[in-house]
Amino acid sequence: MSAVQLFRTGDTPLPDVIILTHKLTREYDMGSELVRALRGVSVQIRKNEYVAVMGPSGSGKSTLMNLIGCLDTPTSGEYWLNGQKVSDHEDDELARIRNKEIGFVFQTFNLLPRADALHNVELPLIYAGLSARNRRDRAVHALERVGLADRMDHKPNELSGGQRQRVAIARALVNEPSILLADEPTGNLDSTTSQEIMGVFAELHSQGQTVVMVTHEQDIAAHAARVITLRDGVVATDQAQAA
Amino acid sequence: MPFFEAFRLAIQTIRAQKLKSTFSLLGVFVAVSSLIASCSISNGVNRYMTEKFAQTLYGVNTFQLRRRPMFTPNVPDSVWRAWARRPRIRFGDAEAISKGLTVPVITAWQSSDNVTVSYGNKEARDIDLTAASERYFDIKNLAIAIGRPFTGEENRSGAPVAVLGEAVAKRLFSDRTPLGKSVRIGGVPYRVIGVVEHQGSILGFPLDRFVVVPALSPAQNLVNPPGILDAFLVKANSDVEMREAISQAEGIMRSRRHLRPKQDNNFVLDTSEGVQRFWAGISAVLSTVIPGIVMVSLVIGGIVIMNIMLMAVAERTREIGLRKSLGARRRDVLRQFLAESTAIATVGAGFGILAGIGLTVLINKLSPLPASVSPASVLGGAFMGAGVGIIFGVYPASRAARLDPITALRQE
Repeated sequence: MSAVQLFRTGDTPLPDVIILTHKLTREYDMGSELVRALRGVSVQIRKNEYVAVMGPSGSGKSTLMNLIGCLDTPTSGEYWLNGQKVSDHEDDELARIRNKEIGFVFQTFNLLPRADALHNVELPLIYAGLSARNRRDRAVHALERVGLADRMDHKPNELSGGQRQRVAIARALVNEPSILLADEPTGNLDSTTSQEIMGVFAELHSQGQTVVMVTHEQDIAAHAARVITLRDGVVATDQAQAA
Repeated sequence: MPFFEAFRLAIQTIRAQKLKSTFSLLGVFVAVSSLIASCSISNGVNRYMTEKFAQTLYGVNTFQLRRRPMFTPNVPDSVWRAWARRPRIRFGDAEAISKGLTVPVITAWQSSDNVTVSYGNKEARDIDLTAASERYFDIKNLAIAIGRPFTGEENRSGAPVAVLGEAVAKRLFSDRTPLGKSVRIGGVPYRVIGVVEHQGSILGFPLDRFVVVPALSPAQNLVNPPGILDAFLVKANSDVEMREAISQAEGIMRSRRHLRPKQDNNFVLDTSEGVQRFWAGISAVLSTVIPGIVMVSLVIGGIVIMNIMLMAVAERTREIGLRKSLGARRRDVLRQFLAESTAIATVGAGFGILAGIGLTVLINKLSPLPASVSPASVLGGAFMGAGVGIIFGVYPASRAARLDPITALRQE
């Protein structure tokens, strides 16, 4: 790993640092008890890194993923995404960040069942306010990137699991986000299809895409160039590995 | 998300869930169609009342001297008894007014009762026998279809001649001509000299079941004691002249009846105003009751929509979570669900308008009520439909908009 910036509160991340969390904590008030899901996580992820976040259930990886995905706001600490301090953003600003900076890939694909592949991929562009023609062009291009140009008019139930996840990846890519954020992307797929999807991730990574992937599967995490392991709400290990 | 997108999406969703959408727009549909149908009835009857009913009963610019008003809805017994104690209208009263009026008028005597009219072995029962003077036809605007009305000479001499209403002529003579035939009116022989044109019906009451004979002809004894009239009809050329004639007639009658200044009239100078006022009263009641009924069904329709939308929000929680994760802001989600409820309600209102107009046509065809679509109710229905969609869509839509994306995405 190249030198990591020694970040202090009040600093600004270096330009090539896409994700920077500084002493990030997240507590849930469950009424009777206070659940401290994250207890001060500081990580930096640079442009075009391919990072896997691992950890047993309850380790806080989902919480970290939600924070990185701007679906949640931290209790304390800082979160910088692509040069913006998003940890103190309001609801609508977070929605805009999710739209522009983050491409989500979910375990359960989360495609709209009634819409065809093309429309599913267009969805983020609708919220970006693009014209219908513009949306279509970009959605077609994104589907081409994941090798589904010939399935554009298929509904999700007419597609295989692997194809559905490709549609979801195309949807994640269509806004050209700073990070591709995948939550157990192969959790609902068989091992052959999982390898296929990992192939797509590798391809995107080689094209310059920053990828952050949450998984609990060792062999899936093995595809990443760096693995961050969480345990009890803190970073346990953070190491580069040979691809 | 622009409005157009939201509406396109709403229409898609509605089309995808046809059955559910049909149920959810039922409430607004019923509300709007009943609004339009009831407004059409009220509107039609209103026009009918002011344009036709009053004039059929009274005639244009016409007043009637009577013992009591012709049109007497909801009168307490005490008033009835007071009316019954009043002196009746006499031939002499009519003659005095005829002589005394200085404004140009035409006048007619009128007394009526129900009789049986027969020809050979055929009978027409329950026929309105009117003993009247010759200008009665002019005042009531009764055009003669065949034959002629009776003359002033025939009236004065009490000639036994009769003019039949169309229904009576049909009943007794079918397609043959009644002219010159001898009919028996309450047993008294009369010669038919004319038939009045078809008058149709008014609010379901047939207007062609009558026979008119000269006021002084033998049948006068069937309707009133000698020298007594039911009504003395006076028609002026204009409303202003009619009012002048009324005040002159009032003076004449008061002096004939020796009424002191503080005494009330013991007769009426009846005009269509009474009917109109009565109708205005009904109309006012209707115009508070109808909106009430419509409001109730709109609220029910709105609650149905609200429930359906709450169900939709619950069912589509994951979709909402997904949309939020893809960058939908609260207002985007709000707009999407508002568009959907508004579209449902507007489509319901649209069908309601069509059904309301259809109902109006049916009512017109199948019932005596003269319904006529009021454009304001169509416009009002459309706006109310959309309004209900918006108002009752706000709560479900804001629930959807406030959903936390993480929880929503985790929803199974």
